[in-house]
Amino acid sequence: MTNAAAKTKELALRARYRRDRFMQALVGLGTVLALLVLFLVMAYALLKGVSALNLDFFTHDMRPPGEAGGGLRQAIVGTLIVDGLALLLALPFGLAAGILMAEYKEHPLAPVVRLLGDTMNGMPAILFGLLAFILVVKPMGGFSALSGSVALGFLMVPIIARATEGVLLLVPREIREAGLALGLPRWRVILSLVLPTARAGLVTGVMLAFARAAGEAAPLLFTAFGNPFLSFDLLKPMDTLPLRLFQFAISPYDDWHRLAWGAGLVLFALIVLSSALARLAIRR
Amino acid sequence: MKRLYTHFGDRLFALVLVLLASGVILAAFLMAYELYKGGSLALSKEGFWGFLVGVKWDPVIEKSFGAWPYVLGTLIVSLSALFLSFFPALAAAIFAAEYAPRWLAQIINYLLDLTAAVPSVVYGLWGIFVMAPWIRDHLMLPTYLWAAEQAPWLLPFLGNPSGYGLLTAILILAAMVVPFTAALARDAIQLVPKEQREAAYALGATRWEVLRLAVLPLARAGILAGAFLALARAMGETMAVTMVIGNSHKLPYTLFGGAATMPSVIANEFTEAVEDLHLSALIAVGFYLFVVSFLVNLLAGYVLRRQEALARGVR
Repeated sequence: MTNAAAKTKELALRARYRRDRFMQALVGLGTVLALLVLFLVMAYALLKGVSALNLDFFTHDMRPPGEAGGGLRQAIVGTLIVDGLALLLALPFGLAAGILMAEYKEHPLAPVVRLLGDTMNGMPAILFGLLAFILVVKPMGGFSALSGSVALGFLMVPIIARATEGVLLLVPREIREAGLALGLPRWRVILSLVLPTARAGLVTGVMLAFARAAGEAAPLLFTAFGNPFLSFDLLKPMDTLPLRLFQFAISPYDDWHRLAWGAGLVLFALIVLSSALARLAIRR
Repeated sequence: MKRLYTHFGDRLFALVLVLLASGVILAAFLMAYELYKGGSLALSKEGFWGFLVGVKWDPVIEKSFGAWPYVLGTLIVSLSALFLSFFPALAAAIFAAEYAPRWLAQIINYLLDLTAAVPSVVYGLWGIFVMAPWIRDHLMLPTYLWAAEQAPWLLPFLGNPSGYGLLTAILILAAMVVPFTAALARDAIQLVPKEQREAAYALGATRWEVLRLAVLPLARAGILAGAFLALARAMGETMAVTMVIGNSHKLPYTLFGGAATMPSVIANEFTEAVEDLHLSALIAVGFYLFVVSFLVNLLAGYVLRRQEALARGVR
């Protein structure tokens, strides 16, 4: 090989190395960019939210504009009620769909449930609000906590189903085979062996569905509607945190803006906490 | 199949299971049917096609309903957000799957999950009070002033630099849909067999060349599926967009000015719609949104299954 040829080869190699390093830097930069807004939102929620949180935030209802102080008790309680009821409504359907997809793969309906479940999983949340409005609000003649729960329930079913399927598929085959070998019918194997084995994962999936729904405002705009006072009546409008946050954020009052940041921090903490717990439960 | 039906308890259990699980199927059909029925009043007045391409939305005086400003707004906002988020999302996926040590990859995966889980209203809150003012002061006003002096013909396309408008919505949405592309792209990259990489390394390829020649082409379908899912999310995203987009009934022809999307117009007007026709028109917008979301999600699922089949085949 002549000197010149060797030189060209080395230059080409160096260019390839340079390109490699350049792409690595670009990948790093893109990663930072991808997570930048999350960091900023986290920082601001913490910064602005902490100053809004005090005992009053959790123990008092909101006050009219102009009156300082007050809290969001009615929204916190409302979120728990609307979300809790939604979970009760969604749980049997979601669990059944998950079990069908994981344990009865050969059933002709299983692939249909999976296909439509996945598709509904990606549906815009506001459409569940429209559906609950048509199915519940219109026939009952008014906004209600119940209609909000129906909207969130529809939203939760595919999430619970997906999580259940995923967890059940992790249960070792041998556990089912052992049960069947002992002469247990299939339903007993599922109920007494498979589900208890998967319990931690199931709880996790349900918790994530709960957290996801707890942050939704769009489906509640015209179902649970919101209510400035603490209410326990399922057939009347009820307040929830995300909805109240939205209304306070677009209001012109500083005091309400402060409470909105407080609500943002509480929602953020709820999400972080539940996903951290979920990780812990799966690791075990 | 046989084992399912041998025992009475099994038969009962399977029956209950199937009945409950059919709720998922029912929900999808119910949504399609009810939204179509709810919107039929407006659709029959304007015509299926006329409602889609009509540009006048006037619920008060003329009572005419054309959804095109919102359809176009949705398309512009979601496609732009997808475009802006795609490369950072792909970079995050590559970093988590290929470059980062295990502990860092786990942190990044957790943060990506978190990005997807943070409620839309929290993004909107941040958008209203932090992002929009910043964009107004550092992006919109300088550009506007520059255009006023150097290129006045540009001004009508820029619009009112209030901070709330198309551009702000696109940017915040881009940040919000990153995790959907990133998660599926990461999974697809991780599914590519080790042997592919080893073969390329053995030929003397650099790390980037391995990625470009041996990994990314095989992960293409998964990456594409992620992009479809991100698109579906972007089209349906409601609260954050409603809070920063400025909500205008006009066709979205200015970059800084207000616009509206299909979900944002539903969110904004639904509780104010007192007349049946107005209500029906909003539900009809919801029906269009349903159809488009359904198709995009279906497509994402199809592409994803192809990726999975591919990964099994190579293995």
